[in-house]
Amino acid sequence: PPAHSRSDWIGPPDKHSNLRPVIFYAPPEESALERRLREARQEAQASNQRFWARHNRAFRQEKEEFIYSRLKAKGLEMRDESGQKATLNAEEMADFYKDFLSKNFKKHLQYNRDWYKHNFRITFLMGQVALVRALRWLRRRKKNVEQ
Amino acid sequence: GLFVWRLRNTGIRQTPYRFAHLYHIANDRLITFQYFNFLKRMYVTQYNKDLSQRAKPKSDSIVSPFYELQQLDREKKVVHKISPISPVHQSWSETSSRNELREMKSAAETEDSVIPVGAESKEDRQWKEMKLRLDDLPGVLARLSKIKLTALVVSTASAGFAMAPVPFEFTCFLLASLGTGLASCAANSINQFFEVPFDSNMNRTKNRPLVRGQISPLLAVCFAACCGVPGIALLTLGVNPLTGALGAFNIFLYTCCYTPLKRMSIANTWVGAVVGAIPPIMGWTAATGSLDAGALLLGGILYSWQFPHFNALSWGLREDYSRGGYCMMSVTHPELCRRVALRHCLALIGLSTVAPVLDITTWTFPIISLPINLYISYLGFRFYRDADRSSSRKLFFCSLWHLPMLLLVMFTCKKSVLEKEDKGDLPGRSCERAMEIRLP
Repeated sequence: PPAHSRSDWIGPPDKHSNLRPVIFYAPPEESALERRLREARQEAQASNQRFWARHNRAFRQEKEEFIYSRLKAKGLEMRDESGQKATLNAEEMADFYKDFLSKNFKKHLQYNRDWYKHNFRITFLMGQVALVRALRWLRRRKKNVEQ
Repeated sequence: GLFVWRLRNTGIRQTPYRFAHLYHIANDRLITFQYFNFLKRMYVTQYNKDLSQRAKPKSDSIVSPFYELQQLDREKKVVHKISPISPVHQSWSETSSRNELREMKSAAETEDSVIPVGAESKEDRQWKEMKLRLDDLPGVLARLSKIKLTALVVSTASAGFAMAPVPFEFTCFLLASLGTGLASCAANSINQFFEVPFDSNMNRTKNRPLVRGQISPLLAVCFAACCGVPGIALLTLGVNPLTGALGAFNIFLYTCCYTPLKRMSIANTWVGAVVGAIPPIMGWTAATGSLDAGALLLGGILYSWQFPHFNALSWGLREDYSRGGYCMMSVTHPELCRRVALRHCLALIGLSTVAPVLDITTWTFPIISLPINLYISYLGFRFYRDADRSSSRKLFFCSLWHLPMLLLVMFTCKKSVLEKEDKGDLPGRSCERAMEIRLP
């Protein structure tokens, strides 16, 4: 993002977590409330990034392992004669998906709780900041009108 | 819940930098027809689960479900804004997207082209300023509220209204439709608000406004409140309190029960089916002011329809669900998934037969609807037995035309109100009563 910009910038989805990173702008006249908001958003972003990057990596890895073990059990190689990567069809993969989901169930429950907490907190802070800014703007307008 | 196969069409790109808004609309129509053509060839990857069902307006037929949510996110406007900073940038993205258009078009024409999961345009890979632009706002809000889905919810509610055995009142109908539409917008916005990181990780939903930072969560919540509160108020005061209560309850059920439940238990499907069944009930109560057996029957038909529709759809999305942490029957209890779909296809036959018993339709209805109900049950049975992608797709596509056709047949077989008047058992008119109270 350009150096003179006064707003946040959002980037393309991350390769591992599929989440879009945000670069937050901290204005020099940032109030304590605004700083709390920015920090809350940064923290949520970092936590989300950590979770999904790890989770997606684990998924890919376990999927590979599963495919490999199944192919081996069938007596096939990872790549067939034409050099194409051998894959299992959807029905065979279904066992893996079921397994993966149940293995990660508790992890997801915990993550959900955290995510909802972050989300509500951030939105509430945003509301507070917006309210403060609106009041400030109104006060300034009243002053201008009086002058 | 409602699932719509959305065709992932990364191919069609336009370069409407200057006429962005007008182009959006033109684009949509162009793309929907092209989608229809590519239907058979492209790998259908996206779906959209939502509040209601698929009472598609007849003209749209197969086309509308596939439309939604494309990569219609032409960030041309953004590129336009970036241009003052770096003109080189803009020309690069212009040419790149034109090249992409060419190569994508050829790619799209090849048979059975499997769309890579993360296909994005170069525009998507740019950094964008998180500033709300007023001219973007209508498009963003439309996507936030899942406007097309809302339109379908409203049409099911209208179906409920139309089937009610009372003389048709246009103002009441309008108020009920508007109120239902607003309530649906609110519910959909809150749903998206809750699901940002999960949506980012699933292919069909990764282009939603909150995921892309086009709107802040605060604004999304405010929008939801600005739709929900007037919507429910309109229903309660302008139609009748029962409809308002149903609307509020449905919003609650969708946002606070279904959405969190999706990640906790497979029971979410049943809750989602109820969510889908309520709009026609709302339409009926808007017309008659009371919860009759007819309303429940109509709700029941929609409830049962949800299962073949959703279960068939979710069959092809097991990988995304598994990775995203969604608890769906297709992943955890595949046999149950198919069994339930079949069960409810058969239930539809039963429910259609009950309709004339309750005096909603004449006896021609079960007779005429029998062929389509049998057909969907047959596909349901095939899905149950074969459990493969092709049978799930057949069942899903059938459900898309089955519902509008069933509702249409039901409406044409509706028992005439005049007959009822003769019999002297016309139910009270709810809207009029409400109006009488307000007008001096």
